[in-house]
Amino acid sequence: MLKYVLKRIALMLFVFFVIMTFCFVLVKLLPSLPAQQFGKDQALIEQRREQLGYGKPLMVQFYLFIKHALRGNWGMSETLYPMSDVWDTFVEKLPYTITVNLYSMLFSVPIGLLLGIYAALKKNKWQDHVISTGVMALVSVPSFIYAFLIQYFLCYKFGWFNIIVEDYNVPVFSWKMFVQLAPAVIALALPTIAGLTRYTRAELTEVLTSEFMLLARTKGLTRGQATVRHALRNAMVPIFPMIIGEFIGILSGSLIIESIFGISGVGKLYLGAIKAIPPDYNFFMLLSAFYTFIGLFAGILVDISYSFIDPRIRMGAK
Amino acid sequence: MEKKEYQITKESFRFTQEGKSLKDKAPETKPVGYFKDAFRRFARNKASVVAAVIIGLLLLYAIIVPIACNTNFIDAYSRDTAKGEAADTDAKFYQYLLPKVALFEGTGFWDGTQKKQINNNNYVRYKAIEQETGAPVITKYFREIVEEKFDGTTVMHEVRVDSYRSNAFITKTVTGPEYEKIQAWQQENNIQVLFPVVDPAQKNNNGDITIWYKCKLSGAPIYAADGKTLQPAYKTNLADDYNSLRIAGDDGSYAYANRTGKPGSFSYECRINAYNYFIYKYGIEPCFALGTTDAGYDLLTRLASGARFSFILAICIATINLLIGAIYGAIEGFYGGVIDLAMERFSDILSGIPFTVVTVLFQMHLKDDVGVVGSLIFAFVLTGWIGTASTVRMQFYRYKNREYVLAARTLGATDARLMFKHIFPNALGTLITGSVLVIPGVMLSETSLTYLGIVNLDTGTMSSVGSLLSAGQACISSYPHIVLYPAVFFSLLMISFNLFGNGLRDAFNPSLRGSEEG
Repeated sequence: MLKYVLKRIALMLFVFFVIMTFCFVLVKLLPSLPAQQFGKDQALIEQRREQLGYGKPLMVQFYLFIKHALRGNWGMSETLYPMSDVWDTFVEKLPYTITVNLYSMLFSVPIGLLLGIYAALKKNKWQDHVISTGVMALVSVPSFIYAFLIQYFLCYKFGWFNIIVEDYNVPVFSWKMFVQLAPAVIALALPTIAGLTRYTRAELTEVLTSEFMLLARTKGLTRGQATVRHALRNAMVPIFPMIIGEFIGILSGSLIIESIFGISGVGKLYLGAIKAIPPDYNFFMLLSAFYTFIGLFAGILVDISYSFIDPRIRMGAK
Repeated sequence: MEKKEYQITKESFRFTQEGKSLKDKAPETKPVGYFKDAFRRFARNKASVVAAVIIGLLLLYAIIVPIACNTNFIDAYSRDTAKGEAADTDAKFYQYLLPKVALFEGTGFWDGTQKKQINNNNYVRYKAIEQETGAPVITKYFREIVEEKFDGTTVMHEVRVDSYRSNAFITKTVTGPEYEKIQAWQQENNIQVLFPVVDPAQKNNNGDITIWYKCKLSGAPIYAADGKTLQPAYKTNLADDYNSLRIAGDDGSYAYANRTGKPGSFSYECRINAYNYFIYKYGIEPCFALGTTDAGYDLLTRLASGARFSFILAICIATINLLIGAIYGAIEGFYGGVIDLAMERFSDILSGIPFTVVTVLFQMHLKDDVGVVGSLIFAFVLTGWIGTASTVRMQFYRYKNREYVLAARTLGATDARLMFKHIFPNALGTLITGSVLVIPGVMLSETSLTYLGIVNLDTGTMSSVGSLLSAGQACISSYPHIVLYPAVFFSLLMISFNLFGNGLRDAFNPSLRGSEEG
């Protein structure tokens, strides 16, 4: 087991390294115009760039990049937030992304599971049809379209929330911030709820028809007991890793939802770095590394969590 | 031993059952092949068939509308703006028009009008436009709302405003010949396009050229002595070379243009009625079934052209990915061993790169060489084929050791023939389903990217659903129609594709055969 985990981690680090090399080389191949805003002092720009290894061979630059990056020094922002440290800005923005995604997970996981279980228990009755139709629509329609509906109805017509997040001077974990983030939380939660409901329903209906459920009923368990103790536990095997994957995914957040609701998080930072003229390469490198890492890490964690949950899979890995 | 010659003739054979009745019959039904069976099972799934019909209709809309509108004003109008000529600013005159269908004129539904609460100054302004142009701006008066405030009472009017008439006037500088042409056309059709120029000395209108009367700084009108007649504030007695229709109440002194430039190359700054100018230019009254966008483009054609591009892009990418994935997966699965391992690691690394990062890098690098669309296709193709490849690989592993493959090899079939003639057809069903499901995925990614502005496909004649959505989102509270129609279109498309894909997957899955009847 440990060997398997270590092997996976080593492979992940290798893939991560290759992808970062790819990004680094491609970015270095781009014309690098000195940004006008950057202090407007050519000498300063030159000095800073010399520090980063500009003008040296690409390999040396790459070595310096890795050396600095490992110490948490990802360079300075040139166009987006001139003269501020890229890493510090990133850390500053991260809480908003995490908060909004965390809230959405806190709502969507219980609701999604409950709806899925309910639909599975009421299979082929009208309750199931209503839930399944709703889920079908919610899964298909992209989240930015709900975001428009939420923005138009909840924020504009009913006036319950602000259209975009305006006040950043309140603590991240406060009621006021929660109200500001609420529309984005709803927009993010809906597709997760739908996905989870659909998955739970499919898994649970499969387990409910299996033979050991009949045995459980025969030995005298009530329907509720059999469902909770036997069916649900077995159905959770594939569902739980999915939830873990989503929890890791909350770090990377959603570019679209953040830009629609004006949440100043990582996604908006990434978009800003790309759209800046010239693009802010240091932000781009850091955030690309971040997104790549999150994606790879989530994949590993999901695979490993399978074997932690299900003893059968654990046996197979040996 | 003497050799005996055997002669086998037809007569030496005879039927064993001669004289007896035959019990078995030749099958009367035709044999059902794999694809026919799949089609039959697909047709039994009602929801998928409906979804397929809806997709077909949306596809027709995307294909036909941009072609069918080729000869009418809507496209002419877009083409003008695409050239970036003076017409470029013309589009702006028709921005934010509400959806209107000529059939519903005056019903209050889908006729380009909107229920609004306006203040007294605006009410007078709209009434003044009606007085000047003869066309009503306020189509229905609901009620008067009197609000008591600490600084006095304000009167609001709840009315239905015609968006095609409310933004009545535009300032446009035309050349001499154009000016002559408009005058001649006015004379011929008896429609007033050019209206008298408002005196710039009348500064209280804050540059709003729809206010042609004397007003206070607040915008409130200054009435004549009788307390209800508006006093005109037009420029008078200028050399405007005007010799055409004049508005009611004009004693011949009103100026219809500010003439600038040297003799022989005069240009005329005119105050033009937007509605009538549209008729002059395109020979048809402005009437946009889905309204116009923030840039003044017709939403119906704009959306169709965006959707058409999306469809074409998705189909292209699905095809390219299918080809690359099939070949890559076939080689992986057929040869196995070290080749398989190396190629798997390669695709593992590729699949680890986040799609957004790829798109951005490709946009930065290739935009100048192969254009926006080209670099977008590259980004989609870079990682898109991996799913297809793994499907094909799996099927190859399953089939390559079957007896019939061995038989074919014994007969001397080459590797390529074995791969594509004998094994590959087994993967076809899964691949077709997979490729159809790639299409909505690509459309969704393309829409997200254009929505975020990472990729910009907008030109005068082309747009994308994403950029329409993002432009509409900016004015969602005042003009929800701009975001509504693209959103409805896209949601419908995605739901239909999802249902259609589910049906297709079930139909091509042989293990589900017969389960529907149960």
